Amino acid sequence: MTAPLLQVRNLRVEFNTRRGSLTAIDDVSFDIAQGEVLGVVGESGAGKSLTGMAIIGLLEPPGRVAAGEILLEGERIDNLSPEAMRRIRGRRIGAIFQDPLTSLNPLYTIGRQIVETIQTHLAMSHDEARKRAIALLAEVGIPAPERRIDHYPHQFSGGMRQRVVIALALCANPKLIIADEPTTALDVSIQAQIITLLKKLCRENGTAVMLVTHDMGVKAAFNLSLLLITHDLGVIAETADRVAVMYAGRIVEIGPVQDVIHDPQHPYTVGLMGSIPAVGQETERLPQIEGSMPRLNAIPAGCPFNPRCPRAFDRCRVERPQLAPAGKSRAACWLHVEEQNRGQTPVLMR
Amino acid sequence: MSPELTKAKPGSGPGLAILQVEGLSKDFDVSRPWLNRVIEGAPRQLLRAVDGVSFTINRGETLSLVGESGCGKSTVARLICGLYAPTSGRIVFEGADLATLGANEMLAMRRRFQMIFQDPYASLNPRWRVSKIVAEPVRSHNLIAAGPQLDKRVGELLSDVGLSPLDGEKYPHEFSGGQRQRISIARALSSNPEFLVCDEPTSALDVSVQAQILNLMRDLQREHGLTYLFISHNLAVVSHISTRVGVMYLGRIVEIADTKTLFRRPLHPYTQMLQSAIPDISMSGKARTPVAGEVPNPLNPPTGCTFHPRCPHVKDKCREARPEAMEFDGAKVACHGIHDGWIPIRVAA
Repeated sequence: MTAPLLQVRNLRVEFNTRRGSLTAIDDVSFDIAQGEVLGVVGESGAGKSLTGMAIIGLLEPPGRVAAGEILLEGERIDNLSPEAMRRIRGRRIGAIFQDPLTSLNPLYTIGRQIVETIQTHLAMSHDEARKRAIALLAEVGIPAPERRIDHYPHQFSGGMRQRVVIALALCANPKLIIADEPTTALDVSIQAQIITLLKKLCRENGTAVMLVTHDMGVKAAFNLSLLLITHDLGVIAETADRVAVMYAGRIVEIGPVQDVIHDPQHPYTVGLMGSIPAVGQETERLPQIEGSMPRLNAIPAGCPFNPRCPRAFDRCRVERPQLAPAGKSRAACWLHVEEQNRGQTPVLMR
Repeated sequence: MSPELTKAKPGSGPGLAILQVEGLSKDFDVSRPWLNRVIEGAPRQLLRAVDGVSFTINRGETLSLVGESGCGKSTVARLICGLYAPTSGRIVFEGADLATLGANEMLAMRRRFQMIFQDPYASLNPRWRVSKIVAEPVRSHNLIAAGPQLDKRVGELLSDVGLSPLDGEKYPHEFSGGQRQRISIARALSSNPEFLVCDEPTSALDVSVQAQILNLMRDLQREHGLTYLFISHNLAVVSHISTRVGVMYLGRIVEIADTKTLFRRPLHPYTQMLQSAIPDISMSGKARTPVAGEVPNPLNPPTGCTFHPRCPHVKDKCREARPEAMEFDGAKVACHGIHDGWIPIRVAA
């Protein structure tokens, strides 16, 4: 097996404030293989977008990588100079953000923005770059690209703008794309089109994608590797190969998307899956997780989920669990450790 | 259709209409400024946000309006609450046409319906304590004089929505999004309304918090006998909370039916399209049917049936004549193809 495209090892992100440092991401590790789509899912404040930002080196001060390493094709990128990182960003790692209107410059035609990006990263003449820009726009499904290339962002609808942003991310043929809530600002029918497009691109280009989303539905699309960040589990289910569930800055469960969705191993994942209403499901009440995610300055000792966990016991309140095999996934939960010591498998499903 | 399909969900009271909306329309004037019109001869331009919408809500039920951005669902909510004046059409609340009421009668009527807004960060005054926010409807309707009785009432309301009576002393910024939405709900309930208009109450919330709020809304509906008009773009949420669902497209209701029927047997091609676009957790990895096209510009809507440019079953009739909403086997649907029988009817397993 070839080495993973991206390796994140024990990543820790801290914010120094006047009242001491806050740990927003705490000991997060994962790999993304060539052509794989990894979904990162979690609620607001879980640290999923920060993970993506840390990888592309766009953490806003006072945020900083306090520990751990990030390797792209075996080479460390977390300690590079801003100038060296700038050359990687766009060339080897592309990014797609949530709001397509704010990721495009309203004063320039989209053609100028795409040509500029291509020429920054690839040695091409203006005419060649323009030809490539038109081909890219055609690839992301923009009708009449020869004409549309000279239009300004405001002349495009939300879905079309997101397609332009995807074309921008693809400019220099990156190996990895980080997609942070790429469909959250879009209507459901447009979301479906963008998911289909992302999938097609991954398959055809062999890029890895980290899809950051809150929507478990979106994730299954590219041979590009993709890191998909979202809060929507539905988005993840549709798009991703593997999914990482984050809670309070930590990965609580990571595994193949089918297994995590149908057989969640961490009580938080179980609660999260249960609280999503599904069409055709007839329940009077949705199963709910009581309480809310802790603030960064008040993360409980031991397992951060323990005050809300229906299965918490003494050890959970004292000692922090590490990711360990659980079912077909890996989960950070003492239940699995305890039960395995007794030679049983815990039953967690609803 | 079998009788259990039309049976109302538990929690709904007797089928008496609390609100009737007939032929409701709203035009917004989006013309260029007066000087441009005079100098450049630019015409007046009207945007029809809501176009002849009719529906009835029975006491104790939840009617949801669902659709994509710009379909006019929030405008309908605002028209009903009186935040906009309708261009044409009638809104009848408990037999009284709201347009014909005098100021005093309208004020008395206002107490009986309240609204919950989407953004719990924007809809609470950051400079007011929670107790003052929750008591505002009580004060403006002079229901209870300020004093220990009012404080007690505020405490009860806060407990009703799962907060502590002591939270009244705090300011909105001390609460999370879900807790703020609970405060909005407590405020809406403080004048003892019968009818709540909820405009995307859970869209700004995380899924686990959304589940808490949806459960709370159900409990309150049962305890207080409330009627909800629920506006949402999320079909899964709508299928969970509603008794009946109306699907809107470009200002019109294209299909309205009880929840089970609508989701089991979507008739209108747009309803079918929306349903196939929901990301489905259980069908992980399955290829989705791509949905073609986008919502057209409402300034220049297509002729006939406004959905025809995106419809896979389109025929000439759809381009020419606007379909009227007509009864079809337990649903009301505005589609030539369904009524003339050229669109096959799919029933989900």
